[in-house]
Amino acid sequence: MATKKSRLHIPRPTARPGDTPDFSYLDLSTAGSVEKPSINARTRDIEFLSSGLVRVLDDEHHAVGPWDPDLDPAKLQVALRWMVLNRHFDKRMWQIQRQGRISFYMEARGEEAVSIGAGMALRPGDMCFPSYRNQGLYMFRGVRLVDMMCQCLSNTRDMCKGRQLPIMYHSKSGNVFSISGNLATQYPQAVGWAMASAIKGEDHIAASWLGDGSTAEADFHHALTFAAVYQAPVILNVVNNQWAISTFQGTAGGERRPFAARGLGLGIPGIRVDGNDLLAVYAVTLWAADRARRGGGPTLIENVTYRGGAHSTSDDPSKYRPKDEWAAFPLGDPIDRLKQHLIVEGHWSEKKHEALEEELEAEVLAAWKEAQQYGTMTEGPFLDPSTMFDDVYAETPHHLESQRRRMLEVESGNGGST
Amino acid sequence: MAQMNMIEAIRSALDIVMDKDPNVVVLGEDVGYFGGVFRCTDGLQRKYGDHRVIDAPIAEGGIIGAAIGMGLNGLRPVAEIQFADYIYPGFDQVVSELARIRYRSCGEFFSPVTIRTPCGGGIRGGQTHSQSPEAIFAHVSGIKTVMPSNPYDAKGLLIASIESDDPVLFFEPKRIYNGPFDGDPDKPAVGWSSHPKGEVPEGHYTVPLGEAEVVREGSELTIITYGTLVHVAVAAAEATGVDVEVVDVRSIAPLDVDTLSDSVKKTGRCIVAHEATRFGGYGAELAARIQKECFWHLEAPIGRIAGWDTPYPHAFEWQYFPGKKRMAAGIRSMMEIE
Repeated sequence: MATKKSRLHIPRPTARPGDTPDFSYLDLSTAGSVEKPSINARTRDIEFLSSGLVRVLDDEHHAVGPWDPDLDPAKLQVALRWMVLNRHFDKRMWQIQRQGRISFYMEARGEEAVSIGAGMALRPGDMCFPSYRNQGLYMFRGVRLVDMMCQCLSNTRDMCKGRQLPIMYHSKSGNVFSISGNLATQYPQAVGWAMASAIKGEDHIAASWLGDGSTAEADFHHALTFAAVYQAPVILNVVNNQWAISTFQGTAGGERRPFAARGLGLGIPGIRVDGNDLLAVYAVTLWAADRARRGGGPTLIENVTYRGGAHSTSDDPSKYRPKDEWAAFPLGDPIDRLKQHLIVEGHWSEKKHEALEEELEAEVLAAWKEAQQYGTMTEGPFLDPSTMFDDVYAETPHHLESQRRRMLEVESGNGGST
Repeated sequence: MAQMNMIEAIRSALDIVMDKDPNVVVLGEDVGYFGGVFRCTDGLQRKYGDHRVIDAPIAEGGIIGAAIGMGLNGLRPVAEIQFADYIYPGFDQVVSELARIRYRSCGEFFSPVTIRTPCGGGIRGGQTHSQSPEAIFAHVSGIKTVMPSNPYDAKGLLIASIESDDPVLFFEPKRIYNGPFDGDPDKPAVGWSSHPKGEVPEGHYTVPLGEAEVVREGSELTIITYGTLVHVAVAAAEATGVDVEVVDVRSIAPLDVDTLSDSVKKTGRCIVAHEATRFGGYGAELAARIQKECFWHLEAPIGRIAGWDTPYPHAFEWQYFPGKKRMAAGIRSMMEIE
């Protein structure tokens, strides 16, 4: 590739296909080394949180330092279970897409701790505004696997009635908002939701997630401004998985300052956390949630992680990054790290883990068998297409009722009026 | 009944819904302490407090995005965008979010936001304070688009918009905030006190969304229009002596096709008129619908009168604005077609 020299800086990743993976650009702190301030600390006194890296699990898999949430082993086993379930679900859905039975899929491989760690730290009444790689939140907040599968299949049990691409779930009962295909739009909405909570005098908070690439969107900046101005009780998460499809995090502006520092100019504290360390993600989320709940305003959390898979089923990452890059990622695999932690602490074993993997694989398979009964893209039963005219408005207006009738006439071969 | 101009009618609507429903909040640039650059929210912050009438940062995308989030959390937000020309930074939040949330979540989530925004020309505002972007929003399914032409409708339509569970784009033609304008800039301005629709009930009432109104009855030609041009059309009709029927669309989407087509079936001739540029404009939709519904009744091709297809020029405002002269010429030319 011609690499022209000029005063213009074109960000280039440290490694492309064929190169040796190089994560020397990542600033890492040793586990336990970052101080844990009071939730009442002034932003100016805790700027160090945005440049350090909060880590709890050390290289020997022990939980160390002030951010250790001291979670009950049983809770950690549950967390591990959710993460493994998330991975098996993704694996199955990916295969199903490759078999042509769903149109599209996005996996969260390598990022499972981001959803599960935060999910555990939030309260059920707190509202989540997720990004498209937060499927773990829906599972954690009670959406059944079979219902998620039916959504991906656009079948007769699809919660979206065939209107949305696969993975664009929603859960009113679980307080997880509907996923948008337009990036970063959920960020100012989360801030508005949080403002409303404060206006109404309720103690619920909101949390939102977006990728490193999406921090370049105007909505990211709108959200930070509103969150800062009104000290909205909201947690704004950047999931820095190093890649936005084919562009690395430097293309979104991550080369000189961490994304966690984006809010400092507005007075929003930022925390850079090891996103593959479930205990650390849990601990910083709980800190930010407590701060928000007590009127301390927003926190920006950068979850440093790695996108283990492709962006989606529509791209091939071997075309733009080294194939073995994930294996070289210094923060490892979040599932493996929690598993090893539980093992060294005597609360888990390889044998138990194997059994868990088998159990959850079977659970996913059973859900898939059930989901198919409600229809697939190619085999019935099929959704009634006339429902496409519902829910555009609270009440269906005349022109849509008229179009519904015409659509049905044309489909049944009984009319062709224009 | 009280005498109100459009600003007072809008303020009265906001006051009534805020008094009735504690979940109604107002947010926008300069809407709080100052009461809005056009004074529509004057006094509301003093009455309802700064948690319900919120001065916002200058970020229209943020205002609309935050309003959506508030609506998702049980509030009923009324967002003001200071000029319709400023709405574009929030366009994605309107089109991809506000308009779609109910649909994409199959009714589980919705956000009943009303966006009020002053639009239109005739105030020497140049190209960034004179636009009429209603067609851009009328094109988007999932939102309702409204433009009143007088104080009575402004209040009734605004209350209906805020109380609706659907999102509404509420365009306020700012040239007629203080009085009806017949499109002749050389005549002295008149107030709403001389107009029957300046009589406004002080209490709660609604003008339903989705209903057009015949504002002048006639038998020879129908002018279908809305906003400021309703008054221009009436004045032009009187100037020509042609027996023109003027229909005020009021609700741009959803559209009341029946009222429009009933009129054209009666008169056989039709002009559609708006301030916004002509190409791909809302008039094209009106003309297509009238052509379809009234084809066998039409005695002449449907005429279109609109802003020229240029940006809104500052110095040539009265050559650009489809005023009384252009409207009257249009009426005469339509009547010459045999």
